[in-house]
Amino acid sequence: MSKKLLLEHIDVEGIRTYDVYRKQGGYQAVEKALKGMSSDDVVEEVKKSGLRGRGGAGFPTGMKWSFLAKPDGVPRHLLCNADESEPGTFKDRYLMEKIPHLLIEGMILSSYALGANQSYIYIRGEYMFVMRIVEQAIAEAYANGWLGKNIMGSGFDLDLAITPGAGAYICGEETALIESLEGKRGNPRMKPPFPAVKGLWQRPTVVNNVETIAAVVPIIQHGGDAYAAIGIGRSTGTKLISASGNINKPGVYEIELGLPVEEFIYSEEYCGGIKNGKRLKALIPGGSSVPVLPHYLICKTAAGEPRLMSYESLADGGFATGSMLGSGGFIVYDEDQCIVRNTWNFSRFYHHESCGQCSPCREGTGWMEKVLHRIEEGHGTMEDIDLLWDIQRKIEGNTICPLGDAAAWPVAAAIRHFREEFEWHINEPKLSQERNYGLVTEKTFDAQPA
Amino acid sequence: MTAVMNESRQFTPELLEEVNRIVSLFPEGKQKSALIRVLHLAQAHFGHLDTEAMDYVARLLHLNPIEVYEVATFYSMYDTKPVGKVKLEVCRTGPCMIEGAERIIAHIEKRLGIKDGETTADGLFTLKSVECLGACGYAPMLQAGESFHEHLTEEKVDALIEEYRANPVANYMGLK
Ligand SMILES: Cc1cc2nc3c(=O)[nH]c(=O)nc-3n(C[C@H](O)[C@H](O)[C@H](O)COP(=O)(O)O)c2cc1C
Ligand code: SF4
Ligand code: FES
Repeated sequence: MSKKLLLEHIDVEGIRTYDVYRKQGGYQAVEKALKGMSSDDVVEEVKKSGLRGRGGAGFPTGMKWSFLAKPDGVPRHLLCNADESEPGTFKDRYLMEKIPHLLIEGMILSSYALGANQSYIYIRGEYMFVMRIVEQAIAEAYANGWLGKNIMGSGFDLDLAITPGAGAYICGEETALIESLEGKRGNPRMKPPFPAVKGLWQRPTVVNNVETIAAVVPIIQHGGDAYAAIGIGRSTGTKLISASGNINKPGVYEIELGLPVEEFIYSEEYCGGIKNGKRLKALIPGGSSVPVLPHYLICKTAAGEPRLMSYESLADGGFATGSMLGSGGFIVYDEDQCIVRNTWNFSRFYHHESCGQCSPCREGTGWMEKVLHRIEEGHGTMEDIDLLWDIQRKIEGNTICPLGDAAAWPVAAAIRHFREEFEWHINEPKLSQERNYGLVTEKTFDAQPA
Repeated sequence: MTAVMNESRQFTPELLEEVNRIVSLFPEGKQKSALIRVLHLAQAHFGHLDTEAMDYVARLLHLNPIEVYEVATFYSMYDTKPVGKVKLEVCRTGPCMIEGAERIIAHIEKRLGIKDGETTADGLFTLKSVECLGACGYAPMLQAGESFHEHLTEEKVDALIEEYRANPVANYMGLK
């Protein structure tokens, strides 16, 4: 069995309730921190742990915390990002639904570390039923003295509340989240100023993912060094993976970073292999925004090394032959799935979710959706493939927030690895409506420009 | 709308209490942060967010009506036009698509005699395809009110429709 830090007690009956959570050792990390550690000590442990943001970008959490501005007399805020709308990602929901006190405990520790006395969890509106669970747990935490004034006589005060969005993927972007929490449209802000200086209500603010904040609990409990000893290289600790698609056992798994991708897909402990005995065709390892990998680059890198579930190994080869760990939204495609259709589907998603502030994103995502749909429906031309390539290039890097890149990358990767399949749709429009292309052939990457 | 404010066009005392509680979660003067949640309450109470409902929320939170309109038209969960009592929101995004979302949508269209985005003549059901709802591992799925219905099959959808027909309370996103 592999190491579990977040989901260790997930199967204990009643773990959602305060009493059971407490009996399993819950809130001991808060006791430890508030009784024996300064807030800087907590930051130090998180730095030592090597923890990296679990929301998608993988930025070192301790470093992010140390950037927080601390002007005298200005309140600071910690916001937990529970917007979770990246297609393929459902781990934060799982954690909040099953073991909400872990998130609350993490919020207390992290707020203490940052000197924040009023913290919020921003949850996507569609998770209203999850919000009710967390809200109930927050009430229990108040009732037992873990929230409110002078927690455990430490002199530390913390108010914590959860507040919903109302349907908008863009509100997962941290500045859009802040706007939304202020009761506005979720339009991302120009940076600088960064949230660490001017965030919620123009006050210094840290935004962290649900899983990142939950991971602070085992870090404080066992120490940063112990956490850093788990995992591989700069990918320390464990990661929640949301596994979906054509596999035997979809669901949320906690893995030790560094687990071979092949083992994750095929072992009974995790995905249990491809459904119906089919062959593996493609993988999106980190949510819909990261590049898709063709079958021959999944279990091994282009250099022939085993591909591991880590920030570095999944990105090995750059965008030419690699992808990203992202949010851990692990979507598996079997040989019956159509890459063109799937790429079109995701481009429709990005078009739908673009906030419309920047024209390359607003217009480009709509254009890509249209061209991809045309190809998928059998009305495309060869020039359309070049056109798509051109549009995605013009979006990438030319927008206020990274949604533009997130829309561009999947299209670029699909064309890079599955060009034959796009061409087949164009050359064989009738056939492509009747059946699927199947597997692409292996390429030699020396000969391929990136 | 020929609107004189009748009783049903206002919040109940219970709802008003909830509004106060929500406002109290934010610092003094930051009551605008309560807007998104209060709009969920308003939609649950009034059925949809027409101008009158939005103006009412603006008065409750001491905001300019335009601040409320801007928000109500930005977020996909808000309905500014009337919808059915039960909204069946089927996820259509990648992971659900490859597990049969299109089949489920087509089945509902046939069953209810409506297309995606339409409402049945009796005003009971609205069908809407939506983007990823965070249930990709339990696909295909749909949301009705606060409930997620996962691992859908045609049979499950039929049973669900009958259930909601008998007890159409699914659009609840209000008090609980
Ligand atoms: C379009 C877009 C959507 C995002 N959605 C989420 C999300 O749903 N959850 C999340 O934690 N981070 C999301 N992020 C990343 C956040 O902006 C931010 O980096 C993250 O919350 C930081 O937390 P972390 O350092 O703990 O990962 C999104 C970013 C973009 C550009
Ligand atoms: S990149 Fe797209 S989503 Fe981001 S700010 Fe620009 S228009 Fe909005
Ligand atoms: S793709 Fe349907 S719930 Fe995520």
